Amino acid sequence: MSVWLILLALAVAAALAAVIGVTRARRAVDGEVSKLHSRLGYYGAYLAILTVLPAVLVMGAWLALENAAVTRLVTNVLPDKVKTLAAPERKLMLGRIRSVAEGLPRLSAEDLHIIRSARFGVRTPDDARKVLESRNVVIGAAPEPFVIAAAYDQMVYKQSSRQLMTALVALLALACFVYGFLSIKPRLRARNFVERVILGGLIAASTVAILTTFGIVLSVLFETLHFFQLVPPDNFFFGQVWDPRFASADNNRGDGQFGLFPLLWGTLFISFVALSVAVPIGLYAAIYMSEYASQKFRAFAKPVLEILAGIPTIVYGFFALITFGPFMRDLGAAIGLNISATSVLVAGIVMGVMIIPFVSSLSDDIISAVPQSLREGSLGLGATQSETIKRVVLPAALPGIVGAVLLAASRAIGETMIVVLAAGIAANLTINPFEPVTTITVKIVSQLTGDLEFTSPQTLVAFALGLTLFVITLGLNIYALYIVRKYKEQYE
Amino acid sequence: MAQETIVDAAPRQAMRGLNDPTLLKRRYAAERRFRIIGLAAVLFGFVFLVVLLGSIVANGWSAFLQSSIKLDVQLDTAIIDPTGKKDIDELYRADYTALARKALIAKLGVDANARPVRRDINGMLSRGVDVQLRDMVIADPTLIGKTVTVWLLAHGNVDALVKGHIDRAVPQERRQLNDRQVSWVDKLHASGDLKRRFNSGLFTFGASSQPETSGLGVALIGSLFMMLIVVLLSVPLGVAAAAYLEEFAPKNRWTDLIEVNINNLAAVPSIVFGLLGLAVFINFMDLPRSASLIGGLVLSLMTLPTVIIATRAAIRAVPPSIREAALGVGASPMQTLFHHVLPLALPGILTGTIIGLVQALGETAPLLMIGMVAFVADYPMTPMEPATALPVQIYMWATSAERGFVERTAGATLVLLGFLFVMNAVAVYLRHKVERKW
Repeated sequence: MSVWLILLALAVAAALAAVIGVTRARRAVDGEVSKLHSRLGYYGAYLAILTVLPAVLVMGAWLALENAAVTRLVTNVLPDKVKTLAAPERKLMLGRIRSVAEGLPRLSAEDLHIIRSARFGVRTPDDARKVLESRNVVIGAAPEPFVIAAAYDQMVYKQSSRQLMTALVALLALACFVYGFLSIKPRLRARNFVERVILGGLIAASTVAILTTFGIVLSVLFETLHFFQLVPPDNFFFGQVWDPRFASADNNRGDGQFGLFPLLWGTLFISFVALSVAVPIGLYAAIYMSEYASQKFRAFAKPVLEILAGIPTIVYGFFALITFGPFMRDLGAAIGLNISATSVLVAGIVMGVMIIPFVSSLSDDIISAVPQSLREGSLGLGATQSETIKRVVLPAALPGIVGAVLLAASRAIGETMIVVLAAGIAANLTINPFEPVTTITVKIVSQLTGDLEFTSPQTLVAFALGLTLFVITLGLNIYALYIVRKYKEQYE
Repeated sequence: MAQETIVDAAPRQAMRGLNDPTLLKRRYAAERRFRIIGLAAVLFGFVFLVVLLGSIVANGWSAFLQSSIKLDVQLDTAIIDPTGKKDIDELYRADYTALARKALIAKLGVDANARPVRRDINGMLSRGVDVQLRDMVIADPTLIGKTVTVWLLAHGNVDALVKGHIDRAVPQERRQLNDRQVSWVDKLHASGDLKRRFNSGLFTFGASSQPETSGLGVALIGSLFMMLIVVLLSVPLGVAAAAYLEEFAPKNRWTDLIEVNINNLAAVPSIVFGLLGLAVFINFMDLPRSASLIGGLVLSLMTLPTVIIATRAAIRAVPPSIREAALGVGASPMQTLFHHVLPLALPGILTGTIIGLVQALGETAPLLMIGMVAFVADYPMTPMEPATALPVQIYMWATSAERGFVERTAGATLVLLGFLFVMNAVAVYLRHKVERKW
């Protein structure tokens, strides 16, 4: 918690610096503030920023690097047999050391003294272990002596690192404060300085979006490569069988099969059903609303339809699970079809309804953007309204509508909760829409809920699936946005 | 003759077709059909919405009521506090269920010496009565030794019978309650000692394996924490990014890249954000799993594009004359932004923020990735402790095998939809009443 204490101290320092800055600026011109370059408040902000900002940046960098550095130092003192362990086991060992180290600061001075003696060989490691056990420090089953020694080292390193950091931050804040204090003169351009800092903050904020994308790509890619070290890529991309076989005691290096194809097929099949529901309905709704409906009806109907997009997908999933799925099953039984309650059809139709607003809203905008002169020309030649729409308006709006459909498709492919609850979990290569299939998203969820081991292909395959999903949807989105944008420019 | 050869056969046929009186009729019929199909498409959306909401209300309204039995429980000193020291540990361990059962036996006036009768009695009361009585005694130890009249939770099966979810026509071997228990329920019901009362437990209980003692308490707190984190992170970052892109950014490749990025991020499947959270926050940064902090961070990243896009639209809607006037009297661009443009864009920014929050509140998939599907019985006190979220709780209940949870799930869905409705209503209000028309 000492980090929070330092931050609190810095906040107090900033407030003080602001007051001092204002006072100093006023003194510098003997109270005639009009002689200052900037308004009075900016001098306060100038001094406050100068005092706190470098200190905070240094502290952030320190904290970001601290763990890696301490781990490295601790690893150096470990026996060779630990150093040569494979990465996952070494990580486990370091985790154990850390959990012991986290318990150490709670000990009393005498207890700590015993640990220290044990660390430097004055006492036996057994004494240390007894002390730790009696004080309820988590040490796990039968810790090797070096674990306690390393934990002690880790604690010492960490404590001295924190002390060093606190001193550095305090020193830096003080130095910058003194520099800033001395630099306050009537001619100092305090406002320009403050505004430059703010602009830097704005730029930093706008790069968060980029960083997020990078984070997604890198993290998913990294784990995927990890996965491909364990499972050959052609097993994943061209495999026809999905059977990951969850890791068990004797089966750790999974010899399961990770064929993408059944999942991809399920995803595309359900998306196809969803689009064959959403595209006609959404398109007709868009045409009706933009070409036929009165202003009043439109003002009412458009928001109501958009509610469909605002309902959380878990609600659709639940609806499919308890109402729509059983209804379809009973309906199928009544007309002699064997429809499973979790099936392509159920998931596809419910998902289709969810994406109706995506199709209708975007298409509505696009149809409305078709110039009125085109309609008037067609109507003037004697075409009826529907002929005008079919022969003139829709062809003119077609590229944009295709874009809207592609966006809806990317929604459908990435949708998770509806298919988790309504599509089934068995990877099933079927062309029968009444049977359950499973999708990429369902498998990501099922591989990642429960115990995670970042070393087993059963967990890592989720990242390979995620990467596939990301690439597919990204491609669809970029292409769709490109079409929509190009089309918009055409009539502007 | 020469002209005859030039005129093609097709237009002549078309001419003949145009003179055909039935053609016009057919064209008008097609017109009407087209129009009706359009209207039908819109109505289909309405009907589905009504069916969806109707089905959830029909399944879920009864979750807000829970059957309780009125009992005169004698808080027997010999059982609760045999040592008489009112020691808290002692009070915790006492067998309150026995007291409740005794009271029920007395109320029903049955002979409880036979073992099947005792078992049937046990099946009438929820396991939660233990906690109910215990909390009452610990809050007020002077009650020990007295007889109190309390409403105690009935067993989930009793509740299901009262609500009509258990079919009385089924023979008793295949029914959750046997004939004797059903007759008791009817007797209690008739005397007014068994009633459906407002189910405050739905909002306060944590996770439980019994439907009647499970509630949304932990999920509500988790969701609240996450929404706070989303507001604190995505609003400042989003507004700052939007302000930079609209007011300061030069038109160059870098800015283009950021823009394309933001648009794409808004369309990335939510589950991929969950993978990001899992790989970066949990595996790399070693933050605790299931904590609402991570959920909040992931949801913030997801909400960011929405806030940026909405804020940019709001800033763009502020007319340039405002900026020019401010710059004209000597304000710096930064002062123009903070003193004039942002305050005028505030209603739009708020609307966008609320829409982003609505999305974040209903999002489930990324939270499953970061382990918020956890059985959490105790309230989390900080965002670092394990918690669940409202939609995740719905998912967990929806996938649990017990029939009694269906009603809970639908009830929880209604709670979620209620929150979303209120937030949307605020957004609509802001858009219509507060937003300035230029």
